[in-house]
Amino acid sequence: MKTRTADIAVIGGGAAGLTAAARCAAAGKKTLLIERLSRPGGVLQQCIHSGFGIHRFNEELTGPEYAHRVLTQAEEAGAEILLNATVMQIDGTGEVKTLTVYSRDEGVLLIRARAVILAMGCRERCRGNLGIPGERTAGIFNAGLAQKLINEQGLLPGTRAVIAGSGDIGLIMARRLSWCGVKVACVIEIMPYPAGLSRNIAQCLEDFDIPLLLSHTLTGIYGKKRVEYVTIAPLVNGVPDLAQEKKITCDTILFSVGLVPENELSRACGIELDPVTNGPRVDSSLMTNIPGIFSCGNVLHVHDLVDFVSDEADRAADSAVAWAAGERPGEAAITVKAGKNLRYTVPHRAEAGKTNHFYMRASTVMDKAELRVTSPEGRIIFSKKLRYVKPAEMISAAFPCPEESTYTFTLENC
Amino acid sequence: MEKFKKICINCPAGCHLEIEKEGDAITVRGNSCPRGIAYARQEVTDPRRVVTAVVAADAPERLFIPVKTTAPVPMAEIPELLKKLFSMRVALPVHPGDVLLKDHPSTEITVVATGTGK
Repeated sequence: MKTRTADIAVIGGGAAGLTAAARCAAAGKKTLLIERLSRPGGVLQQCIHSGFGIHRFNEELTGPEYAHRVLTQAEEAGAEILLNATVMQIDGTGEVKTLTVYSRDEGVLLIRARAVILAMGCRERCRGNLGIPGERTAGIFNAGLAQKLINEQGLLPGTRAVIAGSGDIGLIMARRLSWCGVKVACVIEIMPYPAGLSRNIAQCLEDFDIPLLLSHTLTGIYGKKRVEYVTIAPLVNGVPDLAQEKKITCDTILFSVGLVPENELSRACGIELDPVTNGPRVDSSLMTNIPGIFSCGNVLHVHDLVDFVSDEADRAADSAVAWAAGERPGEAAITVKAGKNLRYTVPHRAEAGKTNHFYMRASTVMDKAELRVTSPEGRIIFSKKLRYVKPAEMISAAFPCPEESTYTFTLENC
Repeated sequence: MEKFKKICINCPAGCHLEIEKEGDAITVRGNSCPRGIAYARQEVTDPRRVVTAVVAADAPERLFIPVKTTAPVPMAEIPELLKKLFSMRVALPVHPGDVLLKDHPSTEITVVATGTGK
Protein backbone atom coordinates (compact mmCIF):
# COMPACT_ATOMS: atom_id res chain seq x y z
CA MET A 1 0.00 0.00 0.00
CA LYS A 2 1.34 3.41 -1.03
CA THR A 3 1.68 6.19 1.48
CA ARG A 4 1.79 9.88 0.63
CA THR A 5 2.41 12.80 2.91
CA ALA A 6 1.25 16.40 2.81
CA ASP A 7 1.02 19.34 5.16
CA ILE A 8 -2.68 19.73 4.42
CA ALA A 9 -5.16 17.31 2.84
CA VAL A 10 -8.35 18.77 1.36
CA ILE A 11 -11.30 16.43 0.82
CA GLY A 12 -13.51 17.48 -2.10
CA GLY A 13 -12.71 19.42 -5.29
CA GLY A 14 -15.68 21.78 -5.58
CA ALA A 15 -15.66 25.52 -4.93
CA ALA A 16 -14.77 25.14 -1.24
CA GLY A 17 -12.02 22.56 -1.73
CA LEU A 18 -10.37 24.28 -4.70
CA THR A 19 -10.42 27.68 -2.99
CA ALA A 20 -9.00 26.23 0.23
CA ALA A 21 -6.32 24.24 -1.63
CA ALA A 22 -5.28 27.34 -3.58
CA ARG A 23 -4.86 29.35 -0.39
CA CYS A 24 -2.99 26.61 1.51
CA ALA A 25 -0.59 26.05 -1.39
CA ALA A 26 -0.09 29.80 -1.85
CA ALA A 27 0.95 29.96 1.80
CA GLY A 28 3.72 27.49 1.00
CA LYS A 29 2.11 24.36 2.42
CA LYS A 30 2.32 21.05 0.58
CA THR A 31 -1.35 20.59 -0.25
CA LEU A 32 -3.09 17.51 -1.61
CA LEU A 33 -6.72 17.70 -2.75
CA ILE A 34 -8.70 14.48 -3.16
CA GLU A 35 -11.69 14.48 -5.54
CA ARG A 36 -13.84 11.44 -6.32
CA LEU A 37 -14.98 12.51 -9.80
CA SER A 38 -12.87 12.59 -12.95
CA ARG A 39 -12.92 16.38 -13.15
CA PRO A 40 -12.69 19.07 -10.49
CA GLY A 41 -15.27 21.83 -10.04
CA GLY A 42 -18.08 20.01 -8.25
CA VAL A 43 -21.60 21.22 -8.90
CA LEU A 44 -20.28 24.38 -10.60
CA GLN A 45 -19.64 22.37 -13.77
CA GLN A 46 -23.34 21.72 -14.30
CA CYS A 47 -24.40 25.24 -13.25
CA ILE A 48 -23.87 26.71 -16.71
CA HIS A 49 -26.03 29.77 -15.98
CA SER A 50 -24.41 33.04 -14.92
CA GLY A 51 -24.55 34.87 -11.60
CA PHE A 52 -21.49 33.49 -9.80
CA GLY A 53 -18.60 35.57 -8.47
CA ILE A 54 -20.33 38.95 -8.26
CA HIS A 55 -19.01 39.55 -4.72
CA ARG A 56 -15.66 37.81 -4.99
CA PHE A 57 -14.49 38.63 -8.51
CA ASN A 58 -16.72 41.69 -9.21
CA GLU A 59 -17.85 39.93 -12.37
CA GLU A 60 -20.80 37.81 -13.31
CA LEU A 61 -19.41 34.40 -14.20
CA THR A 62 -21.03 31.09 -15.13
CA GLY A 63 -20.41 28.03 -12.93
CA PRO A 64 -17.79 26.48 -15.25
CA GLU A 65 -15.97 29.83 -15.44
CA TYR A 66 -15.90 30.14 -11.65
CA ALA A 67 -14.62 26.56 -11.41
CA HIS A 68 -11.97 27.27 -14.04
CA ARG A 69 -10.84 30.32 -12.11
CA VAL A 70 -10.43 28.63 -8.72
CA LEU A 71 -8.92 25.52 -10.34
CA THR A 72 -6.32 27.69 -12.09
CA GLN A 73 -5.55 29.42 -8.78
CA ALA A 74 -5.07 26.05 -7.07
CA GLU A 75 -2.84 24.69 -9.86
CA GLU A 76 -0.75 27.83 -10.14
CA ALA A 77 -0.22 27.89 -6.38
CA GLY A 78 1.11 24.33 -6.62
CA ALA A 79 -1.67 22.29 -5.01
CA GLU A 80 -1.71 18.68 -6.15
CA ILE A 81 -5.13 17.41 -7.26
CA LEU A 82 -5.84 13.70 -7.07
CA LEU A 83 -8.85 12.82 -9.27
CA ASN A 84 -10.91 9.61 -9.32
CA ALA A 85 -10.04 9.09 -5.67
CA THR A 86 -12.49 8.61 -2.81
CA VAL A 87 -11.65 9.08 0.84
CA MET A 88 -13.08 6.08 2.70
CA GLN A 89 -11.91 6.81 6.21
CA ILE A 90 -10.29 9.49 8.33
CA ASP A 91 -8.19 8.61 11.34
CA GLY A 92 -8.11 11.89 13.23
CA THR A 93 -6.42 10.69 16.41
CA GLY A 94 -2.87 11.90 16.91
CA GLU A 95 -0.85 14.81 15.59
CA VAL A 96 -0.75 13.41 12.05
CA LYS A 97 -4.07 12.43 10.44
CA THR A 98 -4.35 9.43 8.15
CA LEU A 99 -6.80 9.22 5.25
CA THR A 100 -7.57 5.89 3.60
CA VAL A 101 -8.20 6.61 -0.07
CA TYR A 102 -9.40 4.37 -2.90
CA SER A 103 -7.83 5.70 -6.09
CA ARG A 104 -8.71 4.49 -9.58
CA ASP A 105 -5.13 4.90 -10.72
CA GLU A 106 -3.12 4.06 -7.60
CA GLY A 107 -5.27 1.55 -5.71
CA VAL A 108 -5.50 1.91 -1.95
CA LEU A 109 -3.53 4.88 -0.69
CA LEU A 110 -2.74 6.17 2.76
CA ILE A 111 -2.42 9.94 2.94
CA ARG A 112 -0.82 11.43 6.03
CA ALA A 113 -1.33 15.12 6.72
CA ARG A 114 -0.91 17.49 9.66
CA ALA A 115 -4.23 19.19 8.94
CA VAL A 116 -7.37 18.13 7.07
CA ILE A 117 -10.00 20.37 5.47
CA LEU A 118 -13.44 18.82 4.97
CA ALA A 119 -15.02 20.24 1.78
CA MET A 120 -17.27 17.41 0.63
CA GLY A 121 -20.28 19.59 -0.19
CA CYS A 122 -23.84 18.41 -0.02
CA ARG A 123 -26.37 16.32 -1.88
CA GLU A 124 -30.04 16.73 -2.73
CA ARG A 125 -32.93 15.64 -0.59
CA CYS A 126 -35.12 13.33 -2.62
CA ARG A 127 -38.71 12.14 -2.82
CA GLY A 128 -38.01 9.38 -0.31
CA ASN A 129 -36.97 11.97 2.29
CA LEU A 130 -40.38 13.63 1.96
CA GLY A 131 -42.69 10.64 1.88
CA ILE A 132 -44.79 11.73 -1.12
CA PRO A 133 -47.41 9.03 -1.74
CA GLY A 134 -48.09 7.47 -5.16
CA GLU A 135 -46.41 5.28 -7.74
CA ARG A 136 -42.71 4.62 -8.06
CA THR A 137 -42.63 5.22 -11.78
CA ALA A 138 -40.12 6.65 -14.26
CA GLY A 139 -39.96 10.43 -14.68
CA ILE A 140 -39.13 11.44 -11.10
CA PHE A 141 -35.86 13.36 -10.81
CA ASN A 142 -33.99 15.52 -8.40
CA ALA A 143 -33.59 18.97 -9.95
CA GLY A 144 -29.80 18.77 -9.77
CA LEU A 145 -29.77 15.40 -11.51
CA ALA A 146 -31.92 16.79 -14.33
CA GLN A 147 -29.49 19.72 -14.52
CA LYS A 148 -26.56 17.35 -14.90
CA LEU A 149 -28.37 15.34 -17.59
CA ILE A 150 -29.18 18.42 -19.66
CA ASN A 151 -26.06 20.51 -19.14
CA GLU A 152 -23.39 17.83 -19.14
CA GLN A 153 -24.90 15.03 -21.17
CA GLY A 154 -27.31 16.81 -23.51
CA LEU A 155 -30.29 14.68 -22.42
CA LEU A 156 -33.81 16.04 -21.80
CA PRO A 157 -35.67 14.46 -18.88
CA GLY A 158 -39.18 14.77 -20.39
CA THR A 159 -41.69 17.00 -22.16
CA ARG A 160 -43.98 18.47 -19.51
CA ALA A 161 -42.76 19.01 -15.96
CA VAL A 162 -43.97 19.94 -12.49
CA ILE A 163 -41.31 21.26 -10.13
CA ALA A 164 -41.79 20.46 -6.45
CA GLY A 165 -40.05 22.96 -4.20
CA SER A 166 -38.92 26.49 -5.01
CA GLY A 167 -35.25 26.12 -4.12
CA ASP A 168 -32.78 27.85 -6.41
CA ILE A 169 -31.87 24.73 -8.38
CA GLY A 170 -35.56 24.12 -9.12
CA LEU A 171 -36.06 27.71 -10.28
CA ILE A 172 -32.94 27.63 -12.45
CA MET A 173 -34.21 24.37 -13.93
CA ALA A 174 -37.62 25.91 -14.71
CA ARG A 175 -35.81 28.35 -17.01
CA ARG A 176 -33.48 25.71 -18.43
CA LEU A 177 -36.40 23.38 -19.26
CA SER A 178 -38.35 26.26 -20.82
CA TRP A 179 -35.37 27.25 -22.98
CA CYS A 180 -34.99 23.60 -24.04
CA GLY A 181 -38.62 23.29 -25.13
CA VAL A 182 -39.93 21.43 -22.07
CA LYS A 183 -43.20 22.90 -20.77
CA VAL A 184 -43.13 23.67 -17.03
CA ALA A 185 -46.70 23.43 -15.74
CA CYS A 186 -46.01 24.98 -12.33
CA VAL A 187 -43.68 25.20 -9.34
CA ILE A 188 -45.25 24.26 -6.03
CA GLU A 189 -43.89 25.32 -2.65
CA ILE A 190 -45.05 24.06 0.72
CA MET A 191 -44.07 27.26 2.57
CA PRO A 192 -45.96 30.57 2.21
CA TYR A 193 -42.80 32.19 0.78
CA PRO A 194 -40.35 31.07 -1.94
CA ALA A 195 -37.24 29.11 -0.93
CA GLY A 196 -35.07 30.59 -3.68
CA LEU A 197 -33.50 33.98 -4.36
CA SER A 198 -35.86 36.68 -5.65
CA ARG A 199 -33.75 37.28 -8.76
CA ASN A 200 -34.46 33.66 -9.72
CA ILE A 201 -38.22 34.06 -9.17
CA ALA A 202 -38.09 37.05 -11.52
CA GLN A 203 -35.91 35.63 -14.28
CA CYS A 204 -36.72 31.93 -14.14
CA LEU A 205 -40.48 31.93 -13.50
CA GLU A 206 -41.97 35.32 -14.39
CA ASP A 207 -40.13 35.51 -17.74
CA PHE A 208 -41.91 32.31 -18.77
CA ASP A 209 -45.25 32.92 -17.01
CA ILE A 210 -44.71 29.82 -14.87
CA PRO A 211 -47.12 29.83 -11.90
CA LEU A 212 -45.59 29.58 -8.41
CA LEU A 213 -48.12 27.98 -6.08
CA LEU A 214 -47.17 28.85 -2.51
CA SER A 215 -48.55 26.90 0.49
CA HIS A 216 -49.21 23.92 -1.77
CA THR A 217 -48.03 20.33 -1.53
CA LEU A 218 -47.85 17.27 -3.77
CA THR A 219 -50.44 14.74 -2.60
CA GLY A 220 -49.69 12.00 -5.11
CA ILE A 221 -47.72 10.85 -8.14
CA TYR A 222 -49.54 8.66 -10.68
CA GLY A 223 -48.60 6.70 -13.82
CA LYS A 224 -47.92 3.15 -14.96
CA LYS A 225 -44.52 3.11 -16.66
CA ARG A 226 -43.98 6.84 -16.70
CA VAL A 227 -45.45 9.70 -14.65
CA GLU A 228 -48.86 10.62 -16.14
CA TYR A 229 -50.10 13.17 -13.63
CA VAL A 230 -49.65 14.49 -10.11
CA THR A 231 -52.18 15.74 -7.61
CA ILE A 232 -51.59 18.85 -5.53
CA ALA A 233 -53.53 20.53 -2.73
CA PRO A 234 -53.29 23.81 -0.83
CA LEU A 235 -52.26 23.66 2.81
CA VAL A 236 -54.83 24.89 5.28
CA ASN A 237 -53.46 25.20 8.83
CA GLY A 238 -50.52 23.06 7.78
CA VAL A 239 -52.67 20.18 6.46
CA PRO A 240 -53.39 19.46 2.77
CA ASP A 241 -57.02 20.40 2.03
CA LEU A 242 -58.03 17.41 -0.09
CA ALA A 243 -61.39 19.00 -0.97
CA GLN A 244 -59.37 21.42 -3.12
CA GLU A 245 -57.11 18.75 -4.61
CA LYS A 246 -56.22 19.31 -8.29
CA LYS A 247 -54.79 17.07 -10.98
CA ILE A 248 -51.89 18.30 -13.13
CA THR A 249 -50.87 16.38 -16.26
CA CYS A 250 -47.11 15.91 -16.63
CA ASP A 251 -44.54 13.25 -17.50
CA THR A 252 -41.76 14.63 -15.33
CA ILE A 253 -41.37 15.78 -11.73
CA LEU A 254 -38.32 17.59 -10.45
CA PHE A 255 -37.72 17.78 -6.72
CA SER A 256 -35.91 20.86 -5.46
CA VAL A 257 -36.51 20.42 -1.77
CA GLY A 258 -33.27 21.21 -0.05
CA LEU A 259 -29.73 19.99 0.33
CA VAL A 260 -28.09 17.81 2.95
CA PRO A 261 -24.39 18.22 3.82
CA GLU A 262 -22.56 14.99 3.02
CA ASN A 263 -21.05 14.08 6.38
CA GLU A 264 -20.89 10.27 6.50
CA LEU A 265 -17.10 10.48 6.55
CA SER A 266 -17.13 13.10 9.32
CA ARG A 267 -19.59 11.17 11.45
CA ALA A 268 -17.60 7.94 11.12
CA CYS A 269 -14.43 9.57 12.45
CA GLY A 270 -16.13 11.04 15.49
CA ILE A 271 -16.86 14.59 14.38
CA GLU A 272 -19.79 16.14 16.24
CA LEU A 273 -22.58 17.35 13.96
CA ASP A 274 -25.20 20.06 14.49
CA PRO A 275 -28.66 18.50 13.96
CA VAL A 276 -29.96 21.77 12.44
CA THR A 277 -27.24 22.43 9.85
CA ASN A 278 -26.35 18.72 9.46
CA GLY A 279 -22.76 19.97 9.35
CA PRO A 280 -19.88 19.76 11.85
CA ARG A 281 -19.94 21.88 14.99
CA VAL A 282 -17.00 24.25 14.60
CA ASP A 283 -15.19 27.01 16.43
CA SER A 284 -14.38 30.39 14.93
CA SER A 285 -11.26 28.96 13.27
CA LEU A 286 -13.70 26.54 11.54
CA MET A 287 -12.07 23.65 13.41
CA THR A 288 -14.26 20.69 14.34
CA ASN A 289 -14.14 18.95 17.72
CA ILE A 290 -11.20 16.92 16.36
CA PRO A 291 -8.07 19.11 16.58
CA GLY A 292 -6.51 19.70 13.16
CA ILE A 293 -9.67 18.89 11.17
CA PHE A 294 -11.38 21.94 9.65
CA SER A 295 -14.54 22.34 7.59
CA CYS A 296 -15.92 24.81 5.04
CA GLY A 297 -18.50 25.22 2.27
CA ASN A 298 -21.71 23.26 1.89
CA VAL A 299 -20.52 20.35 4.01
CA LEU A 300 -20.48 22.77 6.96
CA HIS A 301 -23.82 24.43 6.20
CA VAL A 302 -25.69 24.96 2.93
CA HIS A 303 -24.85 28.32 1.35
CA ASP A 304 -26.83 30.19 -1.30
CA LEU A 305 -23.90 32.00 -2.95
CA VAL A 306 -20.60 30.41 -4.01
CA ASP A 307 -18.84 33.67 -3.17
CA PHE A 308 -19.51 33.03 0.52
CA VAL A 309 -18.35 29.42 0.14
CA SER A 310 -15.00 30.69 -1.13
CA ASP A 311 -14.74 33.31 1.63
CA GLU A 312 -15.33 30.61 4.23
CA ALA A 313 -12.83 28.30 2.49
CA ASP A 314 -10.19 31.03 2.74
CA ARG A 315 -10.73 31.23 6.49
CA ALA A 316 -10.58 27.44 6.93
CA ALA A 317 -7.39 27.42 4.85
CA ASP A 318 -5.77 30.16 6.97
CA SER A 319 -6.58 28.18 10.12
CA ALA A 320 -5.24 24.93 8.62
CA VAL A 321 -2.04 26.67 7.46
CA ALA A 322 -1.45 28.04 10.96
CA TRP A 323 -2.19 24.64 12.48
CA ALA A 324 0.18 22.81 10.11
CA ALA A 325 2.88 25.34 11.08
CA GLY A 326 2.44 24.34 14.71
CA GLU A 327 0.40 27.31 15.88
CA ARG A 328 -2.53 26.52 18.14
CA PRO A 329 -5.62 28.77 18.23
CA GLY A 330 -6.80 30.28 21.49
CA GLU A 331 -9.64 28.57 23.28
CA ALA A 332 -13.02 29.29 21.69
CA ALA A 333 -14.79 29.58 25.00
CA ILE A 334 -17.87 31.55 23.94
CA THR A 335 -20.91 29.39 23.22
CA VAL A 336 -22.90 30.78 20.27
CA LYS A 337 -26.65 30.24 20.20
CA ALA A 338 -29.34 30.97 17.61
CA GLY A 339 -32.33 32.61 19.30
CA LYS A 340 -35.53 34.25 18.15
CA ASN A 341 -36.25 34.11 14.38
CA LEU A 342 -32.96 32.39 13.58
CA ARG A 343 -32.61 28.79 12.51
CA TYR A 344 -28.87 28.48 13.08
CA THR A 345 -25.57 30.27 13.47
CA VAL A 346 -22.10 29.08 12.41
CA PRO A 347 -19.57 28.85 14.05
CA HIS A 348 -20.86 27.30 17.25
CA ARG A 349 -18.06 28.61 19.46
CA ALA A 350 -16.26 31.95 19.27
CA GLU A 351 -12.92 33.15 20.54
CA ALA A 352 -12.78 36.24 22.75
CA GLY A 353 -10.38 39.06 22.00
CA LYS A 354 -10.51 38.92 18.20
CA THR A 355 -12.87 39.51 15.29
CA ASN A 356 -15.05 36.48 14.57
CA HIS A 357 -17.09 35.90 11.38
CA PHE A 358 -20.60 34.52 11.72
CA TYR A 359 -23.06 33.17 9.17
CA MET A 360 -26.69 32.59 10.07
CA ARG A 361 -30.02 31.82 8.51
CA ALA A 362 -33.42 33.26 9.42
CA SER A 363 -36.34 30.98 10.16
CA THR A 364 -38.93 33.42 8.83
CA VAL A 365 -39.52 36.30 6.40
CA MET A 366 -39.28 39.74 8.04
CA ASP A 367 -39.68 43.18 6.55
CA LYS A 368 -37.13 45.18 8.49
CA ALA A 369 -35.20 43.70 11.35
CA GLU A 370 -32.30 44.18 13.71
CA LEU A 371 -29.73 41.46 14.22
CA ARG A 372 -28.85 41.53 17.91
CA VAL A 373 -26.18 39.65 19.84
CA THR A 374 -26.69 39.60 23.60
CA SER A 375 -24.79 38.35 26.64
CA PRO A 376 -26.47 36.12 29.28
CA GLU A 377 -27.17 39.30 31.32
CA GLY A 378 -28.94 40.88 28.35
CA ARG A 379 -26.16 43.29 27.41
CA ILE A 380 -26.10 44.05 23.65
CA ILE A 381 -22.69 43.07 22.30
CA PHE A 382 -23.40 43.78 18.63
CA SER A 383 -26.34 44.92 16.55
CA LYS A 384 -26.96 45.64 12.90
CA LYS A 385 -30.03 46.80 10.96
CA LEU A 386 -31.21 44.61 8.11
CA ARG A 387 -33.41 45.94 5.30
CA TYR A 388 -34.96 42.56 4.64
CA VAL A 389 -34.79 39.07 6.10
CA LYS A 390 -35.50 35.91 4.15
CA PRO A 391 -34.66 32.30 4.94
CA ALA A 392 -33.31 32.04 1.36
CA GLU A 393 -30.65 34.70 1.97
CA MET A 394 -27.84 33.92 4.38
CA ILE A 395 -26.99 36.70 6.87
CA SER A 396 -23.39 37.45 7.78
CA ALA A 397 -21.80 39.48 10.56
CA ALA A 398 -18.23 40.09 11.74
CA PHE A 399 -17.29 41.95 14.90
CA PRO A 400 -14.62 42.01 17.64
CA CYS A 401 -15.75 39.65 20.39
CA PRO A 402 -15.49 40.55 24.08
CA GLU A 403 -15.31 37.77 26.65
CA GLU A 404 -18.66 36.25 27.64
CA SER A 405 -19.84 32.74 28.40
CA THR A 406 -22.62 32.83 25.78
CA TYR A 407 -23.67 34.91 22.80
CA THR A 408 -27.31 34.70 21.74
CA PHE A 409 -28.12 35.88 18.20
CA THR A 410 -31.70 37.08 17.57
CA LEU A 411 -33.63 38.95 14.90
CA GLU A 412 -35.87 41.62 16.39
CA ASN A 413 -38.66 43.52 14.67
CA CYS A 414 -37.98 47.21 14.25
CA MET B 1 -51.91 52.76 -20.31
CA GLU B 2 -50.04 49.50 -19.76
CA LYS B 3 -49.43 48.03 -16.31
CA PHE B 4 -46.65 45.63 -15.30
CA LYS B 5 -45.53 43.87 -12.14
CA LYS B 6 -41.83 43.05 -11.84
CA ILE B 7 -39.45 41.92 -9.11
CA CYS B 8 -36.35 44.11 -9.03
CA ILE B 9 -33.19 41.98 -9.23
CA ASN B 10 -30.58 44.62 -8.38
CA CYS B 11 -30.14 43.35 -4.84
CA PRO B 12 -31.51 40.58 -2.64
CA ALA B 13 -34.28 42.82 -1.25
CA GLY B 14 -36.27 41.92 -4.38
CA CYS B 15 -38.66 44.90 -4.35
CA HIS B 16 -42.01 44.22 -5.98
CA LEU B 17 -42.35 46.97 -8.56
CA GLU B 18 -45.67 48.18 -9.93
CA ILE B 19 -45.05 49.93 -13.21
CA GLU B 20 -47.37 52.06 -15.33
CA LYS B 21 -46.37 52.97 -18.85
CA GLU B 22 -48.08 55.63 -20.92
CA GLY B 23 -46.11 56.37 -24.09
CA ASP B 24 -42.64 57.33 -22.86
CA ALA B 25 -43.84 58.20 -19.37
CA ILE B 26 -43.15 55.53 -16.78
CA THR B 27 -44.21 55.61 -13.16
CA VAL B 28 -42.84 53.10 -10.68
CA ARG B 29 -44.14 52.21 -7.24
CA GLY B 30 -42.73 49.76 -4.71
CA ASN B 31 -39.05 50.52 -5.32
CA SER B 32 -36.88 51.48 -2.37
CA CYS B 33 -33.99 53.02 -4.31
CA PRO B 34 -33.33 54.71 -7.69
CA ARG B 35 -31.96 51.48 -9.16
CA GLY B 36 -35.50 50.12 -9.08
CA ILE B 37 -36.70 52.87 -11.42
CA ALA B 38 -33.87 52.25 -13.90
CA TYR B 39 -34.56 48.52 -13.78
CA ALA B 40 -38.30 49.05 -14.33
CA ARG B 41 -37.64 51.31 -17.34
CA GLN B 42 -35.28 48.77 -18.92
CA GLU B 43 -37.72 45.90 -18.28
CA VAL B 44 -40.73 47.58 -19.89
CA THR B 45 -38.90 49.16 -22.82
CA ASP B 46 -36.09 46.76 -23.77
CA PRO B 47 -35.84 43.66 -21.57
CA ARG B 48 -32.61 41.71 -22.04
CA ARG B 49 -31.11 38.53 -20.61
CA VAL B 50 -27.78 36.77 -20.69
CA VAL B 51 -28.42 33.43 -22.42
CA THR B 52 -26.54 30.27 -21.49
CA ALA B 53 -26.79 26.85 -23.10
CA VAL B 54 -24.73 23.83 -24.09
CA VAL B 55 -23.58 23.17 -27.65
CA ALA B 56 -22.73 19.70 -28.91
CA ALA B 57 -19.12 19.01 -29.80
CA ASP B 58 -18.25 17.56 -33.18
CA ALA B 59 -16.70 14.47 -31.59
CA PRO B 60 -17.33 10.73 -31.52
CA GLU B 61 -18.08 10.80 -27.77
CA ARG B 62 -21.04 12.67 -26.24
CA LEU B 63 -19.54 15.99 -25.26
CA PHE B 64 -21.25 19.30 -24.61
CA ILE B 65 -19.65 22.72 -24.36
CA PRO B 66 -21.21 25.27 -21.98
CA VAL B 67 -21.66 28.66 -23.67
CA LYS B 68 -22.95 32.17 -22.89
CA THR B 69 -23.71 35.41 -24.66
CA THR B 70 -21.13 38.09 -23.86
CA ALA B 71 -23.87 40.65 -23.17
CA PRO B 72 -27.58 40.56 -22.36
CA VAL B 73 -29.67 39.75 -25.44
CA PRO B 74 -33.07 41.30 -26.33
CA MET B 75 -35.60 38.78 -24.99
CA ALA B 76 -37.46 38.57 -28.30
CA GLU B 77 -34.31 37.23 -29.99
CA ILE B 78 -33.68 34.41 -27.52
CA PRO B 79 -35.77 31.64 -29.19
CA GLU B 80 -34.03 32.14 -32.55
CA LEU B 81 -30.62 32.16 -30.86
CA LEU B 82 -31.32 28.94 -28.93
CA LYS B 83 -32.52 27.21 -32.08
CA LYS B 84 -29.23 28.05 -33.73
CA LEU B 85 -27.14 26.92 -30.73
CA PHE B 86 -28.97 23.58 -30.51
CA SER B 87 -28.29 22.87 -34.20
CA MET B 88 -24.56 23.67 -34.07
CA ARG B 89 -21.63 21.23 -33.84
CA VAL B 90 -18.40 22.68 -32.50
CA ALA B 91 -14.94 21.41 -33.46
CA LEU B 92 -12.66 20.49 -30.57
CA PRO B 93 -10.62 21.56 -28.74
CA VAL B 94 -12.53 24.47 -27.23
CA HIS B 95 -11.25 26.81 -24.53
CA PRO B 96 -13.16 29.19 -22.24
CA GLY B 97 -13.56 32.51 -24.07
CA ASP B 98 -13.43 31.05 -27.61
CA VAL B 99 -15.99 32.78 -29.86
CA LEU B 100 -18.39 30.16 -31.21
CA LEU B 101 -21.07 32.33 -32.82
CA LYS B 102 -21.31 35.96 -33.96
CA ASP B 103 -24.11 38.17 -35.27
CA HIS B 104 -26.96 35.72 -34.85
CA PRO B 105 -29.76 36.61 -35.15
CA SER B 106 -28.78 40.28 -34.74
CA THR B 107 -25.39 41.92 -35.06
CA GLU B 108 -24.85 42.56 -31.38
CA ILE B 109 -24.82 38.93 -30.23
CA THR B 110 -21.59 37.07 -29.52
CA VAL B 111 -21.57 33.59 -27.99
CA VAL B 112 -18.43 32.30 -26.27
CA ALA B 113 -17.49 29.01 -24.64
CA THR B 114 -17.40 29.03 -20.84
CA GLY B 115 -15.75 25.62 -20.46
CA THR B 116 -13.99 22.88 -22.39
CA GLY B 117 -16.73 20.25 -22.08
CA LYS B 118 -14.20 17.87 -20.51
